Parts: sequence; C-alpha cells; structure tokens
Amino acid sequence: MAEYLDIIREYDVLGAFWVNIQLAFWAAIFSLVLGTLLALLRISPVGSLRWAGSAYVTVFRNTPLTIIMVFMVLGAWGQLQLTLSSDFNVNFFWLAVVALTVYHAAFVCEAIRSGVNTVPVGQAEAARSIGLSFLPAARMIILPQAFRGAVAPLGNVLIALIKNTTVAAAASVATETSSVMKTMIEFRPDYIYAIFFTFAIGYVILVTPVGVLTTSLSRRLAVAR
Amino acid sequence: MRRTRTTGAIALAATAALTLAACSSDDGGSGDGGDEGITIGIKFDQPGLGFMEGDTPSGFDVEVAKYVAGELGYSEDQITWMESPSAQRETLLSTGQVDMIFATYSITDERREQVSFAGPYFVAGQDLLVAADNTDITGPDTLDGKNLCSVTGSTSAERIKEEYSEGVNLLEQPGYAECVTALVAGTVDAVTTDDIILAGLGAQPANAGKVKVVGNTFSEEKYGVGLPKDSDQCEAIDEAITKMIDEGAWQEALDTATEGTGYVPNADLNSPPEFEPCDM
Repeated sequence: MAEYLDIIREYDVLGAFWVNIQLAFWAAIFSLVLGTLLALLRISPVGSLRWAGSAYVTVFRNTPLTIIMVFMVLGAWGQLQLTLSSDFNVNFFWLAVVALTVYHAAFVCEAIRSGVNTVPVGQAEAARSIGLSFLPAARMIILPQAFRGAVAPLGNVLIALIKNTTVAAAASVATETSSVMKTMIEFRPDYIYAIFFTFAIGYVILVTPVGVLTTSLSRRLAVAR
Repeated sequence: MRRTRTTGAIALAATAALTLAACSSDDGGSGDGGDEGITIGIKFDQPGLGFMEGDTPSGFDVEVAKYVAGELGYSEDQITWMESPSAQRETLLSTGQVDMIFATYSITDERREQVSFAGPYFVAGQDLLVAADNTDITGPDTLDGKNLCSVTGSTSAERIKEEYSEGVNLLEQPGYAECVTALVAGTVDAVTTDDIILAGLGAQPANAGKVKVVGNTFSEEKYGVGLPKDSDQCEAIDEAITKMIDEGAWQEALDTATEGTGYVPNADLNSPPEFEPCDM
C-alpha cells in the first residue's frame, strides 16, 4: 500500500486530475456561451439562422469527439498551422479545449432548447405584446426561465464533458488522466487493478457532486407553473 | 408489480452475465479447446511485426510464434490469434485468455511480477524514423528544437521525456499511424520507438521511400515471449527459438518483415539474443 502511494505520487495522479478539471472548466464556459448562441439561432424568427443552428447541431452531435480531437492536431494544427499558444504543449491543451467546446456546444444548445420548451408560448406572446423584439424578449423573458428549466439537462452535459476530457489524450495532452493511466499501466503492470480503481474512483468523486448539485438546483430553481 | 419488475431486472442481468461469460470462454479457447489448440496474443496494428489483414496475420512476431507453436506440437490451423494491446497483455495472460504472447513485449522486472517470460527472441533498441532526405537528425542528441512524435504512455515517450525532453517538442498520439501521417506531412521531424517497429512502418507501401530509420539506437528492449506466471514451457520455447535461429528461419523472417528499409538489427545483441534465465 505504501509503495502504491509512492507510485501515485511519482506519476502525479492528482496533477493529472487537475489537468482534466482545467480542461472541463474552460470547455464548460466556452461551450455554454457557444451553446446559448446556437440555441438563440435555433429559436430565432429568421429561417436561415434556424437552419444554420440546426446544421451545426446535426454535424457536431453526430461526429465522434475523438475524430474532432485528431482533426484539431493533424488537421487544424498540422495542416492549417493553427497555433493557440507559443508553448508547444500548452498549444495542445487549448486545441483540446476547442475540440471539447465545439462538440459539447451542440449538446448545450439542445439542453437549452429543451429548457425553452418548458416556457409557455404565452410568455413570448406577452413579450411581443409589450413591444419587445426577439433579442430583448429572449434575453429578459425567455432565456431566464429556460435556463431554470434546463439545469438538469445542462448538468448531464457537464458530467459528460468532465468524462470526455480524457479524450484529450488523442490531442497530445499527455498530462491528463487517461494518458497517465496508460503510462502507469505500461510501467507498473504489477499494480494494474489498483491503478484502474484509483482512476475510476477519482472520476466518481469528481462527477457525483455535479449530479447531486444539479439535481437539487433543478428542483429549487424550477419555475412553478 | 414492483416485485415483478425487480425479478425481471435480475433475470435480465443474469442473462447478460451468462452471455458475457459465454463470450469470454469462446474467445479464451483454453476452456473447451484443451490440448487441441493454442491461443497466441499478437499486435494487430504493427506492420512488419504483428499485423492482421482480414484473417491473415503477418510479421516477424507472427513467424516466430508459428515456429515456436510448431515445435510445441501445434500446427498452424490449431493457432487462434488474439489481439493483445500493450495495456492488456498482463491481464490476458493472468486470466488465461491467451496461452502466450508475441507482441513486442519487452522483458522488465515489474512485468515479471505478473507474468513469466521466455526468450528474448529479439533485442530491439529505441531509434528514430525521419524523412528519407533528412540528414541533420542522426540520433537522440540532435533533436533540440525538433518536433518528435511517439505514442501516449509508451516506454519510448517516457524515455524522451526523462532524458531528452529539454529541447525536444514531444507530440503524443494514440498510435504510430498518426505519428507517421504527421511525419509524412512534415509537421513532425521524427517518430520514435523501437527500431524494428519503425522499420516495419517504413516498409509499408504507403511510406516506402519517404522515410528511413536513423540506425543509432539508445536503449535495449528484450522482446520476450509472455507466458502465464510460473509457466513450465519457458525452456521448451527457448529451445524452439534456438532451433529457429540455427535453421536460418529466424533471419529469413526478419529480412521479410523489414524488406526495402535498409534496416539492420543491432548485430552485437542479436547474434543470437542471449536468453534470460527461465526460473526468474
């Protein structure tokens, strides 16, 4: 047991989880912004904007995240010379954040749209009747209610996002958990089960509070109708 | 109603468990096969060493495995080939899903805690694969400021990080195919792993003529035959490997696997490879 704790320290398992938390943090913020914009497109009165919104969702919701990650490295960085940081390794961190963002924005968009569906049509009609155009009506009347109804589905997206940060291994983020786990299994196969359970339990500890929190928030914030 | 649903769920779970169990005993081969066949673990994605095209495996690892199995009394059609990715090799052996593994499996003390080894049947060394017209990369000391690609979690990647990473930009990818793609595209300057794996990659039709192995190794990887812990077959396998080398079949398999790359294995370590003691 003492030896295993040494191994955990040697391979910096906590540091690896910290990298995944950072990936999830930035991707969560950016995908919330992008996803909200997409949701606005999808409920907008302009047909071509609605089409653009649903085209984005259809494309990115149906593309495996691994493929987006590999594209970011071999395509965006490799061929198109997209560089997000002058530091070689930090660059891959941000490429991975971009991949996580474009992928999860599609799911955030659908979560918010499901929240919009909980807002009665009468609310939008009332907003129009007092002279509000689409954007002010969305900002002041519809989205605040929609977000309260979307807490639970947004929580599910966040949980998926946290777990999906391990796919960043495909984008050369070698300090995150699944890469570190691979390295540990390669060098210390004598502790293979302990290594596996360490990471599995780590994710349970990381993800469970998110589920508990969003469930209770979704109950507290729901608009009573 | 409540009870019925619970019973249903239990029945479903039990069915699923049985189905899974049935699957694993089918794959295992050791269960009902008994002495009639042998299951051998190889890589499916390493051209020149262990490579699966349709149902036909090819490569140096496969040729040695066939020869050894032949000496142990198994004909070629009694062999069941099973994919054994690096991270699963110890588990496949300790759960008895494979009988032996020939999959660029370097002998290390940590692995000996879990499995036994016969051989080595080959001693490889970490090397670099570069573009065919590259002349400024001649070894690990000439990598400063260069982009280097290796596979996440591999021994090769870790060695670069620990001993050379100061001036090297290390790109880590899920597999060597991605690394070679980046090399051919010019995004990275070199790919690193064991020399014989690099030679196998270079010998692929898509890459032939575009890349070359530098030929300046900086590690010693003893490829052993992975066996379940405390297996009694180690000596018989060592004898089979010795016989294969003496007969010339070993050299022939090696030449076929790396044809056209100009690759020459480290002669000092491979004439013939020195066996590790069996009782370790």
